[in-house]
Amino acid sequence: MADSGTMTAAMTGPRGPKPKRAFNRTNIMIYGTLIVVALYYALPLYVMVVTSLKGLPEIQVGNIFAPPMEVTFEPWVKAWSQACTGINCDGLSRGFWNSVRILIPSLIISVAVASVNGYALSMWKFKGSEVFFGILMIGAFIPYQIMLYPIVILLREAGLYGSLTGLVLVHVAFGMPINTLLFRNYFASIPEELFKAARVDGAGFWAIFFRIMLPMSLPIFVVSLIIQVTGIWNDFLFGVTYISSPDRYPMTVQLNNIVNSVQGVKEYNVNMAATLLTGLVPLVIYFASGKLFVRGIAAGAVKG
Amino acid sequence: MKLTTKLMAFSAIVSASSASAVELEVMHWWTSGGEAAAVGKFAEAWDASGNKWIDGAIAGGGDTARPIMVSRIIGGDPPAAFQFNHGRQAEELIEAGLLLDLTDVAEAEGWADIVNPPNLLDACTVDGRIYCAPVNIHSWQWMWLSNGAYEKAGLPVPTNWTEFSESAGALQDAGITPLAMGGQSWQQNGAFGVISVALAGTEAWLAVNRDKSVDAVMSDEYTRVFEAFGAARSLSEGLNVQDWNQATAAVINDTAGAQIMGDWAQGEFALAGEVAGEDYSCLPGLGEVGVLQTGGDAFYFPVVDDAEITAGQKELAAMLLSPPVQVSFNSAKGSLPVRGDVDLTTVNECTQKGLDLLAAGATLPAGETLLSPDTVTQLNDLMTEFWNTPSMTAAEVQSAYADIIADAD
Amino acid sequence: MALSDATDATAQAGQGTPARKPTRIFKNLSSKIASLPMVFTALVIFVGGTVWTIVYSFTSSGLLPRLKWVGLDQYERLWSSRKWIVSIENLAIYGICSLILTLVIGFTLAALLDRKVRGEGVLRTIFLYPFALSFIVTGLVWQWILNPQLGLQNIIREMGWESFAFDPMNNSKIVMFGLLIAGLWQGTGLIMCIMLAGLRGIDEDIWKAARVDGIGTVKTYIRVIIPMMRPVFVTSLVLIGSGIVKLYDLVVAQTSGGPGISSQVPAMYVMTSMFGGQNLGQGFAASTMMLVTVVIILVPWAILEFGGKKRG
Repeated sequence: MADSGTMTAAMTGPRGPKPKRAFNRTNIMIYGTLIVVALYYALPLYVMVVTSLKGLPEIQVGNIFAPPMEVTFEPWVKAWSQACTGINCDGLSRGFWNSVRILIPSLIISVAVASVNGYALSMWKFKGSEVFFGILMIGAFIPYQIMLYPIVILLREAGLYGSLTGLVLVHVAFGMPINTLLFRNYFASIPEELFKAARVDGAGFWAIFFRIMLPMSLPIFVVSLIIQVTGIWNDFLFGVTYISSPDRYPMTVQLNNIVNSVQGVKEYNVNMAATLLTGLVPLVIYFASGKLFVRGIAAGAVKG
Repeated sequence: MKLTTKLMAFSAIVSASSASAVELEVMHWWTSGGEAAAVGKFAEAWDASGNKWIDGAIAGGGDTARPIMVSRIIGGDPPAAFQFNHGRQAEELIEAGLLLDLTDVAEAEGWADIVNPPNLLDACTVDGRIYCAPVNIHSWQWMWLSNGAYEKAGLPVPTNWTEFSESAGALQDAGITPLAMGGQSWQQNGAFGVISVALAGTEAWLAVNRDKSVDAVMSDEYTRVFEAFGAARSLSEGLNVQDWNQATAAVINDTAGAQIMGDWAQGEFALAGEVAGEDYSCLPGLGEVGVLQTGGDAFYFPVVDDAEITAGQKELAAMLLSPPVQVSFNSAKGSLPVRGDVDLTTVNECTQKGLDLLAAGATLPAGETLLSPDTVTQLNDLMTEFWNTPSMTAAEVQSAYADIIADAD
Repeated sequence: MALSDATDATAQAGQGTPARKPTRIFKNLSSKIASLPMVFTALVIFVGGTVWTIVYSFTSSGLLPRLKWVGLDQYERLWSSRKWIVSIENLAIYGICSLILTLVIGFTLAALLDRKVRGEGVLRTIFLYPFALSFIVTGLVWQWILNPQLGLQNIIREMGWESFAFDPMNNSKIVMFGLLIAGLWQGTGLIMCIMLAGLRGIDEDIWKAARVDGIGTVKTYIRVIIPMMRPVFVTSLVLIGSGIVKLYDLVVAQTSGGPGISSQVPAMYVMTSMFGGQNLGQGFAASTMMLVTVVIILVPWAILEFGGKKRG
């Protein structure tokens, strides 16, 4: 593969210089480094998976890196459907759909808003736009726990406290700084000629955005998607503070309760299974996004 | 018998309101094994009375749950009831008029006569009105010892702190960590409090915590306490745990000799099937000064704009203190009931020791009813630094402690 | 109060500014309308919330925000607190190491992956997956791997290296590095991804030109590619920097600020003051100091970086 790059592959594939032979010194170094680093990244995952498949007695005696002597799926079942949150013992399953219901609108709105912001900030600057952007950038550095009470007051005044709408708006607001920056900087790197040509053709704000910019920006959409999915899916504080009924709490509330409450002996295997189960949704999206990444590159090739 | 008592307890409230089923959301941070079982008793009793308990459990203790509870109150959509440690934590909410006045319930139920020790009710009282329902008595003043560990080391189980300190070397030689201590700051400060009552005596302790006397902190009695705590630092080496019940687990499985921890630890022993007197021993007041600090948990009820819920809140408050519920809840949680007129069905040796002290009136108010949470946090920070920094001297810490007490309100 | 004022301010900013120059109203109308959510968020939430926080940092607010003025008392107390000083020092160590290492590792991995390696998809996912896991979990796993009795130290000793010692969770001198290992593990994947997206945005012709001129690969990266990726680095810097300032969940999960107070960080100081100590005023004072520091560092840079150049 690496050798047989034809002209088309060069146009659509990775942009780095093409290595000449499969087994030269450079390649060995590249693969060597990547594999060593990959081990560091994969080790905790290995520990989590292995632990989640062990019984509790085995965890207490054995070492954490040893593969399970006896594989059991009990911890997974327990994490999903039996682990207790206070007096409700129905595991993570309780909050899964709530999390989905929170994730989807928050994700769509926040990525849409951020991409439009970035586009307006890079191509259609207006008086004061940089000031607002500067404020957002400083906002990115504010630990959001500080904003807990002001936002409660704000939502209360707007009549949205406790509702899903309120929570979605909070996610959109706190995802805005970094995602806006991401899109702004990406669009800023797109050659100006492209934009000018479209203007000459009479295309307006939205026409240029949808017809020219969007098709070119898949990789950055993927990055934004990754940031938002992870942030929203893993959020505990906002979900539990701005939703006012335990029936609608996101899954992370159950995860927190499983991981943070110790039932006699700390059930590491159930903790790890719960962790992996909660992480599955973002992980699936990462895998799927890999394909988009490649497509985005192909689309990006147009601009060359 | 139980049913009639319960019915009688409710009659006053029920007759006042329409007896339709009320759904009440209750927030709390009781999620460990014994705690969750105990909350289950409340929920059972509440559901059995034809109402519905909606459980809002948030694990991670007060620091995680408190901002959520307060947010809900500020946001105008509070839970029907929530758990707080009583004492000074809820003061501000009461002053702001956000919590339901339970005085009529308390009068109808005669709380003033039955709640023992009376300082529990005092902690709920602001300007003569009662704002919370105390549900249990917890006391920090305990040391839990593993009989198995001492057997392994071939020693008799110590009966006081001095004996314990002397036996520590032999335990270490036998490969046992003498003192199990979790890594969180509240555990270290709590243990310090227990040692100070035991070694400095109740008067000096009250002078420091109630009267905020700097002189008392700098007194010779307290110097002994700081030195003893400093010396105890080396006794916990070799056991690296964070949570209190992981430290308790080390005592349960005999890898540690003892733990200084409140009576809630007994819930863990019970859950592990250990028997008091056989598998583990307990020393109230470290065997030095037989006295219990009576803190505990209480439920507060936010003001809501719905007569039906308000009636339900009052009904729930009455139920929490009713005799059968007090018995079932406290048996599960390992704490003592707030009323002197009920008998716990299963009383073990340790609980009996506690009840005896309570009956004898050998009690002290809990630290959190005397010190503000702000002061407690500062003391937590200081004591955890002391515990974990071998180079810090007792004298240094003593003067820093005095500074904090001087600023305390 | 402060918040409702801020709402009014938005309304004025939204309409007032263009109204002064009527000719400009329509020039960029779509853009202005499209930016309304951003303007609202910036003014109401970030400015409003910040002003609110600063105002209340001069009060004695405890559990509830109350306007009982105490002047600079909260700040005096803050700067006389050893925990606060330790927190700042810790954040400085963690911040510098994290910033440099994340950028270096992130870029190196992206550059390596960009060299048409086989299995790019698999490797990319391996580097990125930790980002999917919350900090609570990251802290838990690493706490465990670094536990001297259960984890790495024990394994290496069992393999025969008896004197091997690596116990960051229990050694207050190196505990920040224990956090750093976990933080890097969780965060570098995303930076790699952003860098990779940036590298893919670089024109193939650049490489061709560099090759024609006979410039080596490493040199091309340093001299040509990195300067071209300036916006990508800016994004990464903001992302890493904001993560450092907000560092909290990881510490809580992995060390709870211990042993002792040796791994305390400012955000944790804020949270413990606000919700543990029920002293909102103290927490707000600490967060105001954090914010002031950020502004001092950020504003001159932001003016250089984002000011001036206009387009469209």
